[in-house]
Amino acid sequence: MSDLRTPLSRVKGLGSAKDGTVHFWHQRLTALALIPLVLWFGFGLASLPSDYTTLTGFIQNPVVAVGLILLIIMVFYHAQLGLQIVLEDYVSSHAKRTVAIILSGFINLIFAIVGIVAVLKILLGA
Amino acid sequence: MNTSSRHPTSPHLQIYRLPLTALLSVTHRATGVFLAIGSLLLIWVLAALAEGPEAYAQMQPLLQSWIGQLALLGITFSLYFHFCNGIRHLFWDVGMGFELETVDRTAKIVVVVSILLTAATWIIAMGVE
Repeated sequence: MSDLRTPLSRVKGLGSAKDGTVHFWHQRLTALALIPLVLWFGFGLASLPSDYTTLTGFIQNPVVAVGLILLIIMVFYHAQLGLQIVLEDYVSSHAKRTVAIILSGFINLIFAIVGIVAVLKILLGA
Repeated sequence: MNTSSRHPTSPHLQIYRLPLTALLSVTHRATGVFLAIGSLLLIWVLAALAEGPEAYAQMQPLLQSWIGQLALLGITFSLYFHFCNGIRHLFWDVGMGFELETVDRTAKIVVVVSILLTAATWIIAMGVE
């Protein structure tokens, strides 16, 4: 026994899916949340003139700001869950696949935070 | 290849005509990836709005150019298609709508409704401008 790990710890996790139904479930939950959000956003934005004053005035309504932040969270989380599956299906190298999923996760997280901070900045008029 | 084998072979994509449902399945994935990229545009617009009137004025001509409008039209249709077909998937997830006839009918509904929603959104937007 020249290994720090016990035989049990070496086999633990081998052959399992590593996680349960969290990915599947969260993909459905975000999809469900996006049903009203997408309709509101699509038709709400279409019915506004696209000048600076109108758009910032729209976002300065706290209800709109909350809706937008919810939309951003759901969109980018849903996007990451979907992109992960696409990468898992088409990138056959384990190392490249893992790197691609991590990178995509970081990029989605950064853009989501930039979006949320932008909404807050407009809301607070800073 | 052993042609006498009774083993099922996968469809040869250049010969086999995909059923509508298979076509929608591929499109669902493609629009999903496209929307993931398109959502960056939303963040770009929000960041420009947060930056101030000058930053927004700088990006507005691009959005109003024909290429910007084409991108927005593509995003709108992709969004509504993914939305409608996603709802179809949610029904499947609860075990509804698996009969072949229903699957074919809902596929057609998805195509028609996503075109109608796209048209409605653009008609409203053009009425406002």
